[in-house]
Amino acid sequence: MRKRKIIEEKIFRFIAAFAAYSLIGILAFIIIVILVKGFNALSVDMLIKTPKGGYYFGGEGGVLNAIVGSLYIAVGATLIAVLLGMPAALYINVHLIRKKRTQNTIRYFMDALWGIPSIVYGAFGFTLMLFLGMHASLIAGIITVALLITPIMARTFDEVLSTIPKGLHEATLALGSTKTETAFRVLFKQGFSGFITAVLLAFGRGIGDAASVLFTAGYTDLVPVNLDEPAATLPLAIFFQLGSPIPEVRERAYAAAVILTVIIFIISLGARYLSKRYSRSNLK
Amino acid sequence: MYLLQEETMTGKYPDIKTGQQECPAIVRLNNLNVFAEGNHILKNISLEIPKNKVTVLLGPSGCGKTTLLKCMNRLTDLYKELKVSGSIYIEEDDILHTPKNIPSIRQKMGLLSQRPYPLPVSIYKNVAYGIKLKGVRDRKLLDYNVEKHLREVGLWNEVKDRLHSPATGLSIGQQQRLCLARGLAVKPHIILADEPTSALDPISSKIIENLFRKLKTHYTIILVTHVLRQAMRLADNVVFMYDGEIIEQGDPQTLFNNPQTDKLKEYLVEGN
Repeated sequence: MRKRKIIEEKIFRFIAAFAAYSLIGILAFIIIVILVKGFNALSVDMLIKTPKGGYYFGGEGGVLNAIVGSLYIAVGATLIAVLLGMPAALYINVHLIRKKRTQNTIRYFMDALWGIPSIVYGAFGFTLMLFLGMHASLIAGIITVALLITPIMARTFDEVLSTIPKGLHEATLALGSTKTETAFRVLFKQGFSGFITAVLLAFGRGIGDAASVLFTAGYTDLVPVNLDEPAATLPLAIFFQLGSPIPEVRERAYAAAVILTVIIFIISLGARYLSKRYSRSNLK
Repeated sequence: MYLLQEETMTGKYPDIKTGQQECPAIVRLNNLNVFAEGNHILKNISLEIPKNKVTVLLGPSGCGKTTLLKCMNRLTDLYKELKVSGSIYIEEDDILHTPKNIPSIRQKMGLLSQRPYPLPVSIYKNVAYGIKLKGVRDRKLLDYNVEKHLREVGLWNEVKDRLHSPATGLSIGQQQRLCLARGLAVKPHIILADEPTSALDPISSKIIENLFRKLKTHYTIILVTHVLRQAMRLADNVVFMYDGEIIEQGDPQTLFNNPQTDKLKEYLVEGN
């Protein structure tokens, strides 16, 4: 019996370790592939230049237009998502604490919104854009991506808030706090590291999504200087260049993928640092 | 203006039994009933709690002691399933029907939970939190009150050099004293303590008990405990509850030496 348990333990440990290290392996594999395929095309020009004439046939230039466009869209959409998602999550966990049915209904709809494919958001954004008489632009892209990532932001932060001990909530109210003071002065601080994670997830999804910006942000070789100008994005830059029959252009697609991955890594490391720094005071 | 001095309370409330001014009731419960999804949790509770005394709520788990405590500062509002009826007079206000806002009522009562819940901020900010809620922004006044209340719970010397460190870095016993200091800083009249020593080691428990002895000269303490010896050591007034009802109440000597009901006798035998 004891021997059987030891074998069982070893098998489970092996499966669990294999699964855990596989994830790291997959990430490493992705990075190696895009690095190998895009390394030759990586240059300072890629980062600081916009596409010049003949760029898509292997001519000079870079993807600065797509880097800036992606950052504008992702940052703008994340800000909107924070403005909508954070109060929504706090509202669910503070003001609706007695209304479990309403809480669950809102959560159900948020989950459903999270699950909707981004192309549907793109189509919705496109329809909305036409209805409002707008054309493909940075602002249309920002709004569409914000719609896509707000449920992610709100639901992730909501999950974090729902794990905060009820005792902390009660202790704060017992001191004479109003619900709003409890939400912003205590629960937000207690859940801040989770909030950072939520922002990171939302940002990551926003900067990496192609389908939602395909019809709404459009594509341009220029860096947008106004909200109503079209904006290029890195995912679309990768998509368009990867379909090229010219090997140099395909290499640039991989180089753009490297740039996108590096941006995500930098944001991720920053978020981890902030999360660690602000969770020191947290009640465990 | 937030007072530096201890606020003194007037003796204008009705007295318990004796009719003497030294022992007025600060809390009066009349026909308090609590239902939770069809279960009758508290049954027709009528009780008067004397001012500046330690009243111990004693009874087996699930008898309604914590619910009774939560009714007193309306934390029952957080639980949809709890339906509360009757009246709870805290000083002159029936808090279940008062038009006054609930946060100001709650500030009359400090809460000490089974385990400490320090706010996710520094030691200093924990104590200053409630004072700031009262609108105090003057730094000197905040410093004065933070020091005063940390001294009051015997924590000042232990934390004075790390006031701006996270409160979660303190030991659990220190955290509980910090929570007490934080509660005292809002100048409550009553301290609601829900098994405040159950998560603490014997030394920390003793410190909290000694604090309660000191604090009862200024505050009314309502203590929920399972520990008979603690009740004997601290109580001026004991309320024995069983299955949502008050079975017996009185001074500890009489109650423990001469229990009138079988339920209390059984509880005392098992508890000893």
